[in-house]
Amino acid sequence: MLSKRIIPCLDVHDGRVVKGTNFVQLRDAGDPVELAALYDKEGADELIFLDITASSDKRETMVDVVRRTAEQVFIPFTIGGGLRTIEDIRRMLRAGADKIALNTSAVQMPRLIQEGAHAFGSQCIVVAIDARSTAPGKWEVYIHGGRTATGRDVLEWAAEAEALGAGEILLTSMDRDGTKIGYELELTKAVSRAVSLPVIASGGVGTLEHLVEGLTLGEADAVLAASIFHYKEYSIEEAKRYLAERGILVRKTW
Amino acid sequence: MIGIVDYGRGNLRSVEKALEKVGYQAKIMNEPQELSEIDGLILPGVGAFADAMGALKIMGWIEPLTQFAHSGRPFLGICLGMQLLFEIGEEHGEHAGLGLLAGRVIKFPPGGKVPHMGWNSLNLVQSSRLLEGIPNQSDFYFVHSYYADPSESRDIIATSDYGIVFPAVVGRENVWGAQFHPEKSSPWGLKLLTNFGKLVNDNVALSSN
Repeated sequence: MLSKRIIPCLDVHDGRVVKGTNFVQLRDAGDPVELAALYDKEGADELIFLDITASSDKRETMVDVVRRTAEQVFIPFTIGGGLRTIEDIRRMLRAGADKIALNTSAVQMPRLIQEGAHAFGSQCIVVAIDARSTAPGKWEVYIHGGRTATGRDVLEWAAEAEALGAGEILLTSMDRDGTKIGYELELTKAVSRAVSLPVIASGGVGTLEHLVEGLTLGEADAVLAASIFHYKEYSIEEAKRYLAERGILVRKTW
Repeated sequence: MIGIVDYGRGNLRSVEKALEKVGYQAKIMNEPQELSEIDGLILPGVGAFADAMGALKIMGWIEPLTQFAHSGRPFLGICLGMQLLFEIGEEHGEHAGLGLLAGRVIKFPPGGKVPHMGWNSLNLVQSSRLLEGIPNQSDFYFVHSYYADPSESRDIIATSDYGIVFPAVVGRENVWGAQFHPEKSSPWGLKLLTNFGKLVNDNVALSSN
């Protein structure tokens, strides 16, 4: 049967990983490619790189990261951040990315989801949604890295993204992001039930039990985590063993 | 030399790099004429069945691929490339495939999430040199909404379970197909590509004797 996935996320700025420098065994902990290869070796099921480079003229740097990653990493990886056109998407896929994630550009130009899915297949179009709670059971979509409210309802947007051809939803709770108190389970469950696409839970993980919660109570198909892995609080293997002990089906890599 | 068919569909670079990683030289081929220099062939593919067959046809690949398969040299289809090996695909209407293996490509029944995306384990149903050294229940990375339904069960080498049991690896004589992406299924996917590389080299050694 299909395993639940554990997905480390790497924030990349100007071609360098900006969080997570506690990997003493790496020659250069700031090199996203070296970190990605380590996660592959440790048993990560996929990887996501979020390019947080502000200026678009530095985009070529990210293409180079993708190219080098594809030479060394043999698990699927997704690139997100600043992709605004079909040509941007094509360039990342050509360089070796398996999927791309659209956030702000998808909200502003929903057609991009449709065109991307048509040109490259739904399987490589991930729609990333940054959600903030507005009332019990209600969440609003934010864009521009969480700085701009859109007035759009998260559940409606997720359903629309699916209808347009998205293949997966990467769902981040902005209320929980960075708090380490656990995923927002109500949100995750609501989106998982609103779409028939795989949902990746993100934002708030601080313990291995949070991963379990996201996959069970939150009904997510995959869990994304950044700091607990980057800062070596837990290894991927520890996380997978923990999930397996709790009866969750994971890809065994030990 | 292993050739990878480039018909504008699929992540060729990943396949090429994965082969290099396990020690085999690969060449991305844009022209069917290049097949004469090739000892083993990989047909990758992402996207829709009819669209892919259309692209192969326009670029003049159909007949050369069939001849290659009949030449006895190892031939591996990956993901959509595996589905194209069969006679008929039912994605967006009925479309003819390469017909190197007997059977149809059909959609997952409603109920589960489609595409079937992620890591799933293999149940080995018969031994094959392609899967040599790969333990039963090893995990591989899948992304697909349709699956092959071979007419002859002896063509099924391994299955996987996604609500229904479907063929994950198929093959007959020198033609094989993997529904998953070996190039994205470290570590066992790389083992499969190593085995394929060995099959290619052994075939070369055999032919030159």
